[in-house]
Amino acid sequence: MKETLKEKEMICIVCPIGCHINVIESNESEDGYEVEGNKCPRGKIYGIKEITSPTRVVSTTVSIENAFLKRLPVKTDNPVPKELIFECMKVINEVVVKAPVKVGDIIIENILDTGVNIVATRSMNEIK
Amino acid sequence: MNYDIVVVGGGPAGLAAAIESRKNGAESILVIERDRELGGILQQCIHNGFGLVVFKEELTGPEYAERFIDELSRENIDYKLDTMVLEINKDKQILAMNTVDGLVNIQAKAIVLSMGCRERTRGSIAIPGYRPAGVFNAGTAQRYLNMEGYMVGKRVVILGSGDIGLIMARRMTLEGAKVLVVAELMPFSGGLTRNIVQCLDDYDIPLKLSHAVTDIKGRDRVEGVVIQKIDENFKPIPGTEIEYECDTLLLSVGLIPENELSKGAGIEMDSKTSGPVVFESMETSIEGIFACGNVVHVHDIVDFVTEESRHAGKAAAKFVLEVKADNNKIIETEALSGIGYIVPQKVRINSVDDKLSLFMRVRSVYHDAKLSVKADGKEIYSVKKMHLAPGEMERIDIKKELIGENVGKLTVEVI
Ligand SMILES: Cc1cc2nc3c(=O)[nH]c(=O)nc-3n(C[C@H](O)[C@H](O)[C@H](O)COP(=O)(O)OP(=O)(O)OC[C@H]3O[C@@H](n4cnc5c(N)ncnc54)[C@H](O)[C@@H]3O)c2cc1C
Ligand code: SF4
Repeated sequence: MKETLKEKEMICIVCPIGCHINVIESNESEDGYEVEGNKCPRGKIYGIKEITSPTRVVSTTVSIENAFLKRLPVKTDNPVPKELIFECMKVINEVVVKAPVKVGDIIIENILDTGVNIVATRSMNEIK
Repeated sequence: MNYDIVVVGGGPAGLAAAIESRKNGAESILVIERDRELGGILQQCIHNGFGLVVFKEELTGPEYAERFIDELSRENIDYKLDTMVLEINKDKQILAMNTVDGLVNIQAKAIVLSMGCRERTRGSIAIPGYRPAGVFNAGTAQRYLNMEGYMVGKRVVILGSGDIGLIMARRMTLEGAKVLVVAELMPFSGGLTRNIVQCLDDYDIPLKLSHAVTDIKGRDRVEGVVIQKIDENFKPIPGTEIEYECDTLLLSVGLIPENELSKGAGIEMDSKTSGPVVFESMETSIEGIFACGNVVHVHDIVDFVTEESRHAGKAAAKFVLEVKADNNKIIETEALSGIGYIVPQKVRINSVDDKLSLFMRVRSVYHDAKLSVKADGKEIYSVKKMHLAPGEMERIDIKKELIGENVGKLTVEVI
């Protein structure tokens, strides 16, 4: 008997182009899935990951002191599992940083033991 | 004050144009920005998704902006912050104002217009009711939240599924607000598909297409919002009202290029894009005045803004170095069936380098369609598209030799 294989249509969200891709389970392919409709290789990686363990980059802000703005934008330097997004937000919202900050500075190391850091996404000078 | 090139607006368009004109030999360049810092709208767009084309990596708005701001200082290009350009004229005189210098007159040899766009306001869409507090433009709410740390509300209804509305639905949700619904007038979303997936679907926020806000409850503060299904003539269908109890209504009902300055100078405008008519080099109808970015047509991908603006910056540098465009043969572009507009509107074929880039938006959603480019009615290029939507700008690059020299009109249509 032929076993039924999984197939899922989705939209690649890796970049704004938003390819409509089709992820098909396949015994022939070495990663277990064939992906169609992706304009670049990142779409294949995304499609397979979205079916097996979806992750997202989280971007938000933290409170900053001694700067000309009240908030410093930050992001996760790698995607975190989707189900941890709100827990990450709780940890991030506890933090207050002080200017000066450089883009790329680590604000929180290894958040929730995911191996992912929260980094600043802009520089801000200290104001006196 | 005299400058070779004055760039009006220090967003990604203005920054890229200024840097590129320096790289192409322009000496004295001034960027004028009315805000307290450079970077334009990117500084409030803290989400990621910028830069995949230009940098081959995914950046947030502020990161993308910072790279260009750093390059601007490395190139030693002058800029003025907190300075508003009030007027420009066809002789390339600029009137600007700030609190330090007062009114200043600047004479430029070339001008690059990169003022971006602004949000349509509630006034331009008819919603009945009082004007209670709690109704915000989505972009204004984004700026408050991401830069000032001020949260505009706790229970939110969003009208309009353009990108700003979608991004704000996720942003408010992450910050603990409850986004009840995103209502969209059109039968399709105006935003990028990826934003529907990662901003609405991820958080189970419903998107109601073909729905309008028909009532806002509350006198001092918003207490509720009524949305209603509309028919194909945009008339509300009785009996389809849904009332949401909420304290905030965010409007994301579109952007309009900010062109008071362009109109004041007498630049020819395109009623379809609400931006200036431009040539292949992004030169407007006034010789030596160029335009790029959202002031020409609303972009959803900043990388395209950068490319278009580099092109404009290079052309402005050529102009001041007196390499004049060859005006001999002008081809007009025309949007045919299924296409809303095309930029550039006019092409001086002898001034095209090796390829011509056409930017356009389709009028509605298409699957498995084809974009066909014709020169005087004869197809010279076509490209298959699995998916076309008005929320996603299309770009077609055509090799110069395919166009030929003796063509009068270039058309694009969806087949
Ligand atoms: C919410 C939102 C989300 C987006 N998401 C993405 C995304 O995920 N990926 C992506 O690639 N792109 C995205 N974009 C699109 C991208 O950010 C824009 O297309 C780009 O910023 C446009 O650049 P611009 O320089 O033309 O305009 P702007 O960034 O608006 O800059 C124009 C500048 O001109 C200044 N100015 C205007 N008038 C004057 C005057 N009279 N005198 C002096 N200065 C003046 C303004 O203050 C402003 O700084 C998004 C846009 C928005 C609004
Ligand atoms: S497949 Fe590649 S080009 Fe297409 S959306 Fe994904 S990352 Fe972008």
